[in-house]
Amino acid sequence: MAGPSYRLPEGGWIDRSRPLAFTFNGRRLQGCAGDTLASALLAAGIAVVGRSFKLHRPRGVLAASAEEPNALVTVDRGDGPVPLARATLTPLSEGLRAESRRVFPALGFDLARIIDYTRALWPAGFYNKTFKWPSWHAYEWALRRMAGLGRLVPAPDPTRYRHVNVHCDVLVVGAGPAGLTAALAAARAGEDVLVAEQAAEPGGSLEYDPEPVEGQPPREWLAQALVELARHPNVRLVCGATVAGCYDHGVLTIHGTGDAGESWWKVRAGRVVLATGAIEQPLLFGNNDLPGIMLAGAVHRYAARYGVACGRRVIGVVNNDLGWRALLALSRAGVEVVAVIDPRPMPDRALSAAAAERGIALHVGATPLTAHGSRRVRSFDFITADGGRERVECDAIAMSGGFSPTLNLYAQAGGRLRHDPRLASFVPADCRRPVEVVGAAAGITGGAGPIAPAPVASTSQWVDYLYDVTVADVELAVREGFDSIEHLKRYTTVGMGPDQGKTSNRNALALVAALTGRDPGAVGTTTCRPPYQPVTLGAIAGDRRGDFYAPARRLPGHDWHARQGAEFEDFAGWKRPAWYGRDRDAGIAHEVGRVRQAAGLFDASPLGKIEVKGPAAAEFLDFIYLTAVSGLKPGRARYAVMLNENGVVIDDGVCARLTDDHFLVGTSAANAGRVAHWLEEWRQCEWSRRELIVAPVTEQWAVITVAGPRARAIVQALPGMIDLDAGGLAPMSQRAGRLDDGTRYRLQTISFSGEASFELSLPADRAPAVIERLAEIGAPAGLGPIGVEALLVLRLEKGHPIVGIDTDGTTNALDLGFGRIVAGRKTDFVGARSLARPADRSADRRQLVGIEFDPSAAVVAGAHFVTAGAGPRRSEGFVTSAGISPTLGKGIGLGLLEGGHRRRGELVSVFDQGRRATVRVVDRCFYDPGGARIRG
Amino acid sequence: MLRIPCPWCGVRDEVEYRFGGESHLERPAPDAADAHWADYLFNRDNPSGVHHERWCHSYGCGQWFNLARDTVTHQIIAVYRMGEPKPAAGEDG
Repeated sequence: MAGPSYRLPEGGWIDRSRPLAFTFNGRRLQGCAGDTLASALLAAGIAVVGRSFKLHRPRGVLAASAEEPNALVTVDRGDGPVPLARATLTPLSEGLRAESRRVFPALGFDLARIIDYTRALWPAGFYNKTFKWPSWHAYEWALRRMAGLGRLVPAPDPTRYRHVNVHCDVLVVGAGPAGLTAALAAARAGEDVLVAEQAAEPGGSLEYDPEPVEGQPPREWLAQALVELARHPNVRLVCGATVAGCYDHGVLTIHGTGDAGESWWKVRAGRVVLATGAIEQPLLFGNNDLPGIMLAGAVHRYAARYGVACGRRVIGVVNNDLGWRALLALSRAGVEVVAVIDPRPMPDRALSAAAAERGIALHVGATPLTAHGSRRVRSFDFITADGGRERVECDAIAMSGGFSPTLNLYAQAGGRLRHDPRLASFVPADCRRPVEVVGAAAGITGGAGPIAPAPVASTSQWVDYLYDVTVADVELAVREGFDSIEHLKRYTTVGMGPDQGKTSNRNALALVAALTGRDPGAVGTTTCRPPYQPVTLGAIAGDRRGDFYAPARRLPGHDWHARQGAEFEDFAGWKRPAWYGRDRDAGIAHEVGRVRQAAGLFDASPLGKIEVKGPAAAEFLDFIYLTAVSGLKPGRARYAVMLNENGVVIDDGVCARLTDDHFLVGTSAANAGRVAHWLEEWRQCEWSRRELIVAPVTEQWAVITVAGPRARAIVQALPGMIDLDAGGLAPMSQRAGRLDDGTRYRLQTISFSGEASFELSLPADRAPAVIERLAEIGAPAGLGPIGVEALLVLRLEKGHPIVGIDTDGTTNALDLGFGRIVAGRKTDFVGARSLARPADRSADRRQLVGIEFDPSAAVVAGAHFVTAGAGPRRSEGFVTSAGISPTLGKGIGLGLLEGGHRRRGELVSVFDQGRRATVRVVDRCFYDPGGARIRG
Repeated sequence: MLRIPCPWCGVRDEVEYRFGGESHLERPAPDAADAHWADYLFNRDNPSGVHHERWCHSYGCGQWFNLARDTVTHQIIAVYRMGEPKPAAGEDG
């Protein structure tokens, strides 16, 4: 167990009758209901709560709120560890387990502390200057381990994260006296109010500041304010809610924490009131980072709010009146304050009189020098006003270097800051958005005092606790020319830790101003960016993880495919059968054979389907497509290619004319959404005066393709099917009808496989039943399912390119061999003008060709065509698809080859990862070039 | 994140919209010179100030419309329908 308790005999807003057991680095400790982890650790006499980032110096609790740079711990409440939690904002709970970071091998004896004794070797810019050879990555692994940035847990995160969307008239940030006053005023005016408080409870300074508010004792005022706010139905007060970012148009984000998990809020606020308070700043003196040295306001807050004495012999080192007030209040709360050291010659007379009355030794006009101690402060040296050096024994130092208004959100909102020399701090100047700043955040009087380093070694005076930046580092940076505040930040890392410089930016700025002889206002501040405090990535993701990250779309016939042994893979967001059975290669070969010899059933439901209707439909589609469709008769279909304005092929599909003014546009599965948007954009933005409707119906219609020499007989056997022989139902025809059971269908004779093929579109909800019937009817004839992989082989045998696989973002219509269609077009169409540019017509472009090769040759998609001959070889393009045709027993493929169209018959070298092979350039269609089989 | 006033649905979050780039581009006739066509294809204004652009409320009514936005302040100055001319520079322009 820890040493004797530092809990005061009385006082504080804690429930002493409800003890809570917790552990810190395995030690069993006890706190009370109402404690934070930090107050419970202080009450237990724990001085060292962690090690610093670079030098591994022991560090204790510095602050009592969000600005805490040292007490960043891993907290586990039984639902998994959360790294980098601020002990000062973590409510204590029964069984909580906390671990400090950077403890190697133990907090008491840190081996890496040796770095501290050799720290002259680790100046600012050390990483940039030292870990350069051979590369930073050679050192990163070891350094990351030493630096202890927290560990990721490989197990699934059990935390519940949810997203919350809120609209309000006014968002009040901070529930201290200023925030609650603003919230009350807005509530009384009938506005919808949201109040966000980062601490676990409202109150802010009301929790400890004894000053009356509106003539009332602070705790009474707080209780009344909360009662009134609760009565207003238009007010919502949320605690444990940190406003993380302020964006354009009144959008703010809030990171919420609490018993029910974490939340991520998007708030749309009419206006914003920032009551974010001010953060007390440390003073610069020797060893100002020793455990036991804390901010005066925090020492006071721990006594008044939590009934904890941060030391038994406290001295104050302060440079402003508010620091004195905190020390007096601390003394009245029962903590022994033995001395106050203030560099100012004339502090407020009433305050010094009150301090003298309480028996506190006063040293005004003194110069602070240095603290002593190893794992806790022991004594403090200073020079008195008359020049003598003195030492005072102590076990805690309450320091105050003045206050810095918290204006991060104001700056994020585009607000400009102005330096007020009277307050020695930056205050709000103006903001074009409706953001109002109230309370201490607008500037705090009585908190200003001189800021200067002590006349002792500058390497012992810390500016940034989290990243171990000292006065010496800032001096070095300025000497080396990094005296712009943004450069200084990047060079020294000051303010770049997870605390974003809440207790370091002000002192760094003051130092640079003094070192360069500039006014602090001229030095300026660094840019404030969201988030104000670190946010759990899981909170931002919310429900969108695991299966919900990108929900898969299932085919209407999914269950039937699963029963056939389908191996599902993701294709453009759909779970589609890739092949059937256990063995991939055997399955694909079997399915290809099935289509060539009997019949295969392919689920083509993801194919994009868009209906275009209206008197202008034909003219519109002629403009959209390279392939004119206005010449189609109703009931006929045509393969059509779509270009962008640059002449590049972006999609292809089959366009069918249902009636004179009604077309069904087919797209590739991957582009279904994109093409629908493309058509709609042209329709609305360029064709808005024409009578035209574009309606995507991809999900409404399931598509089942039956292909193979026996396909016609199988489809014909569906009860209610139209006569497939009568009326000359040739390839590229379109019909519609109803099956016996009333199911509507559309039928198209489109072949991708090279066999007679019947593409049956069915209302999605009717598809499973029809698939069952088709499978039953076709089974005796050898009908079976085929997957996407088999179809890819079948289409390669026919030489059909796939846009996006066999083409890239430079492939134009001429490269695919559509020169005759281009030449035959009489009217303008998308991309037409680009195809007239000389570069688009060059015969040396990469053009799509077929290739043949020996099945034993190593030819894969992605392999480069390379020039022949001696000397350095050059790529002439690449293979886009390749495989061994089970039907033909040879290697076949497609590729984009420079000047390919004129090189038919040529032997070309292919190179891939050190392997070479030779292929022959051939016509693209390898199987049944005459198309006799398609006619069945 | 912007809050964009759709002329049909009212003010909605930016995530409901699709950005369509600069508006009021004149598509040249098929016999335009190469340079003229290249300008239409590739060159866009990039003002520090008022930008006229088109957006589609894709997760709402699906309608395209124009808006004038200040690229410095992100203030939305005007919202108007496709086909309508650029609004005259108003008090904010």
